Amino acid sequence: MIANIFLYGSVNGVILMLSALGFSLVFGLSGIANLAHGGLYILAGYLAWMLLNYLNMPFLLSIAGSIIIVSICGAALYRLVILPIRGITFSEIIATYAALVAIVEFFRWMGFITYEFALPNFIDGSVDIAGATLDYQRLFIVAIGFFLMVFLWLFTHHTKYGLALRAIAQDEYTALSVGIDSDWAATISMAVGGALAAVAAITILPLGLIHVNLGYNVLLIALAVTVLGGMESIAGLVVASFLLGYAQVLVSTFLGTHWVEVVYLLTIIVILAIKPSGLFGKFQELEERV
Amino acid sequence: MKEGYRKERLDRGIKVRSDDIFLISSHKEILYRLGPWIISILGLLALPLFQSVIGIYWMNVLLLCCAIALLTVSWVFLASVGLPSLGQAFFFGVGCYISGFFGDSFDWGPMLTIPISTLGGAAFCTAILFPVLRLRGVYFGLITFALPLLLMRLIDATKILGGGEGLTGLPPFHHISVELYLVIVVMFVFILGYRWLFDTDYGFVLRGLRDNDRAVLAAGINIRWYKTQAVFIAALPGTFAGAVLTHHYQFVGIPAFSIEYSLLPLASAIVGGAGTFAGAAVGAFILVPISEILRGFGTLRMVIYAIILVIVTVGLPEGIFHYIERKYCQFERLVSIDLVGEKR
Repeated sequence: MIANIFLYGSVNGVILMLSALGFSLVFGLSGIANLAHGGLYILAGYLAWMLLNYLNMPFLLSIAGSIIIVSICGAALYRLVILPIRGITFSEIIATYAALVAIVEFFRWMGFITYEFALPNFIDGSVDIAGATLDYQRLFIVAIGFFLMVFLWLFTHHTKYGLALRAIAQDEYTALSVGIDSDWAATISMAVGGALAAVAAITILPLGLIHVNLGYNVLLIALAVTVLGGMESIAGLVVASFLLGYAQVLVSTFLGTHWVEVVYLLTIIVILAIKPSGLFGKFQELEERV
Repeated sequence: MKEGYRKERLDRGIKVRSDDIFLISSHKEILYRLGPWIISILGLLALPLFQSVIGIYWMNVLLLCCAIALLTVSWVFLASVGLPSLGQAFFFGVGCYISGFFGDSFDWGPMLTIPISTLGGAAFCTAILFPVLRLRGVYFGLITFALPLLLMRLIDATKILGGGEGLTGLPPFHHISVELYLVIVVMFVFILGYRWLFDTDYGFVLRGLRDNDRAVLAAGINIRWYKTQAVFIAALPGTFAGAVLTHHYQFVGIPAFSIEYSLLPLASAIVGGAGTFAGAAVGAFILVPISEILRGFGTLRMVIYAIILVIVTVGLPEGIFHYIERKYCQFERLVSIDLVGEKR
């Protein structure tokens, strides 16, 4: 029982981390609260499904196709929608929120809500760890989550593009004055954010059915994790994901799955009310409260 | 010789004259100034008289228009004091549930429950939002986004107040005209009242909260207390709209907190023209009928909505009201310009 809770809590932590990664990266690197993140997530899932089932493409090819298309969608979303209203935070929120609703409700209208919409596992089968059964897909999720964190850390700390993106996040005017094009940087970060949403969708969705409401759920998860961990901290993201992951497992074991979303929402509200900069946020404490 | 032209925009003569003290000098200028208000107020008041012609269905739409307009006006008020809300459904749902509770438990009629739920609901919302009033902008928006969803899940999970099924068979109004007139009058009271309030010294402080709350703080004003008052004032139309619609449908359930009641006022404010109360109402009176017409499309309705919202936010950021206002107050003409660097 305890091993079960611990194991599935950890896996859930990685799932939450993967779900929130794209949102958190875009917010941290270009300051855009991309509420369309959940939309990109289910878009990736349905795209992979459509490439697999309508075009009968091989599994790996449809995964790659879906990731590429969604990252282009993320970049296009920035160029077409966010760029003209960049800087007006509230218009950004409205526009990306509307984009989320458009994507989610479009798939609902298409009737993509039945039981046939599920992505295949990478490899079927399971393994026993300390008395608890864990399927290979969840192991894949953990591995991919770990790999992505390392990759992103290297990307943002040791490559020219990553450093340029972080420079803009820290001080846009100074970054401009040393020749970093902030629009292109933001486009790239949105593309990477889209790709991350797609990777998360393709690794996580095989665990269950693809359902349109996941678009809203994933946004909620991303918000909860980002708020809890602090808006710009990678360590905060990891810690918050694991905390919420364990909380999710405990709550659904002892109270019922009804209460899981209550936990996310309560987290958002309580953390914003008590410590708005999150567990690990450093810079914004002065900005957001008076 | 090549000539360039550009558009020049000038205030109409009558606008300039009626802006000033000369307003009282002629009927024409008084009419120019008050005409749009008189026409829209009289037009709306006259609409319920043609009930038999227009049909009961569109009367319901009119009622919904006014309710959404009230929510939108409340949104504009909150945004004008620097507290942009992403969850007007919170106010709406609280109003719904309070009047639903009294209607269900004590069988009280609408005339009793509406005042109670308007004032009590606003007080409840203010009490809930009080701890987070120090937050600004996006952070406040996030809280209000989460609150209605949380209440929805809590009611569903704990099965209080009817749980997922809701409360049915609440006492109705005697006649639809009563509720229509009630809502229309209250809507104009709030629009004009808010306009008046923002012109007073009190409103000046409220607007200062958005523009520069630290300057207000430095002036020795307790901004938290002012924000509390602002939330109470802004919650009134929202809870009122919820209470009226509850008695209209004779039903209250978790859809009262649905995201639609958050999205629609937002869309109306943006489409109508953010920053003005009249513009907010205009937006609601454009979007709600469109939504009713689109009802045939089923769930595609939300998609079309969202796309309209994106297009208007990006393409016409000033909103329809400001566009009309500009046409009403100004005229455009082409004037020639010298092209810089061009050889003659």
